[in-house]
Amino acid sequence: MLEITNLHASVGDKPILKGLTLSIPAGEIHAIMGPNGAGKSTLAHVLGGKPGYEVTAGSVTFRGQDLLALEPHERAAAGLFLGFQYPVEIPGVSNVQFLREALNAQRKSRGEEPLSGGEFLKLAKEKAALLKMDMEMLKRQVNVGFSGGEKKRAEMVQMGILDPAFAVLDETDSGLDIDALRIVGAGINAIMRSPDKAVLLITHYQRLLDVVAPDKVSILAGGRIVETGGPELALRLEAEGYDAVMA
Amino acid sequence: MMAEAATLTLPTRRDEAWRYADMDAVARLGVTALDQWQTINVAAGESVTRCMIVGSDAPEVHRMRVTLGEGASAAFFVTNAGGDYTRVEIEVRLAKGAHFEFGGVTIGGAGVTREFVTQVVHAEPEATSNQTVRAVHWGGATGNFLGEIKVARHAQKTDAAQDFKGLLLEARASANAVPQLEIFADDVKCAHGATVGALDEAARFYMMARGLDPATAQRLLVQAFIGDAFVALTDEASREKLLDAALGALERARL
Repeated sequence: MLEITNLHASVGDKPILKGLTLSIPAGEIHAIMGPNGAGKSTLAHVLGGKPGYEVTAGSVTFRGQDLLALEPHERAAAGLFLGFQYPVEIPGVSNVQFLREALNAQRKSRGEEPLSGGEFLKLAKEKAALLKMDMEMLKRQVNVGFSGGEKKRAEMVQMGILDPAFAVLDETDSGLDIDALRIVGAGINAIMRSPDKAVLLITHYQRLLDVVAPDKVSILAGGRIVETGGPELALRLEAEGYDAVMA
Repeated sequence: MMAEAATLTLPTRRDEAWRYADMDAVARLGVTALDQWQTINVAAGESVTRCMIVGSDAPEVHRMRVTLGEGASAAFFVTNAGGDYTRVEIEVRLAKGAHFEFGGVTIGGAGVTREFVTQVVHAEPEATSNQTVRAVHWGGATGNFLGEIKVARHAQKTDAAQDFKGLLLEARASANAVPQLEIFADDVKCAHGATVGALDEAARFYMMARGLDPATAQRLLVQAFIGDAFVALTDEASREKLLDAALGALERARL
């Protein structure tokens, strides 16, 4: 589903990704772990198409398409969802308005009929319930006044509504207490655990992986994937640390 | 006062209230056109609401003198999306306990100057005024808000607020805010704020990452930005019209 080959990317003049290769087939949840500064968030941003990140070499193919040739909104319409480590506040725009416009924009570019207000609210309500989020919160402005945990749950509600084929989740577990972590983890499973979907799950901690069991775990260090294994790799990292495992 | 001066000759840039005006357009309008004042008197306890969408392909100046009786209130909401120099000027005098509400939006490009000029005189105690202006510009255009607040010596318990925000969608556009406060009473609350910035790129990327094309993301952000100017307008249909007129200008520009 996603093929990353020899990806090099810079921020400003600084090279961050230095020949990253990774393949994630449909049906796979692939966790990426790695020390601070390894390039995990840069990888997420490059996949999402964030301005300021320059790809200097390599390729990314998503469902047979050249992902890097697409604008961020085209990537979304193609089925890519980027879960933000720091979801952005948008004063004056309600979640409901934002998500309905976003969903209908995606549907339009796929040649599908837009959802009516009623249909959309029904869908939003269902996905909010999945993340144990009050519908009233969705009527409020996007992320404004939300706690760190609420922002992350709102991200997962957005993911549920937009129903992507592939999700890049950048430290979705940061800022979550234990109960919220379980809710968010269960949400990821409910929305994305499917033979025709896949997830790239960036995390620092095993605790999310206890809920969202990954099929594969890779270590990203120095801008490259240095090791890939099964779920046991994450457990070894948790027990021994990066230095010992990568040595 | 500038009103008297205008009856005699054209104003100049040296007049504080005409500092950022497009003087070529003012000259094209001429003295007679400038000296048209609309008088609005609101009797004690009464209230009026005016919604205006101003602007055309020619220069326009709209000048109003508003007198508010005791406990009266006046609310003006204006979308200024002129295709040439367009100025809306309101002079207000508030009696005891009166309220003046102003919400204005200047929006547009094409090197045009659009401006609001207000003079709010709190002549008696316990009157309140609230002014919210939003300016959205591009293409070398300018948006101005010159807001003067005068509080008379015995106008205690005056509460006057003025808030300006400019959003420049392109580097060559500009926005000017000139708050001028003249306060002679000692027990008053006067607040004013002014900021000018560019579109929030983080918000824009966030919206695009969810599937909105750049133009739609920009429209939503601009809509949210200018919405502040019309929150005090309770009539939803009127509010929609003012917003639509403003967003229409943005849409036609196809940035």
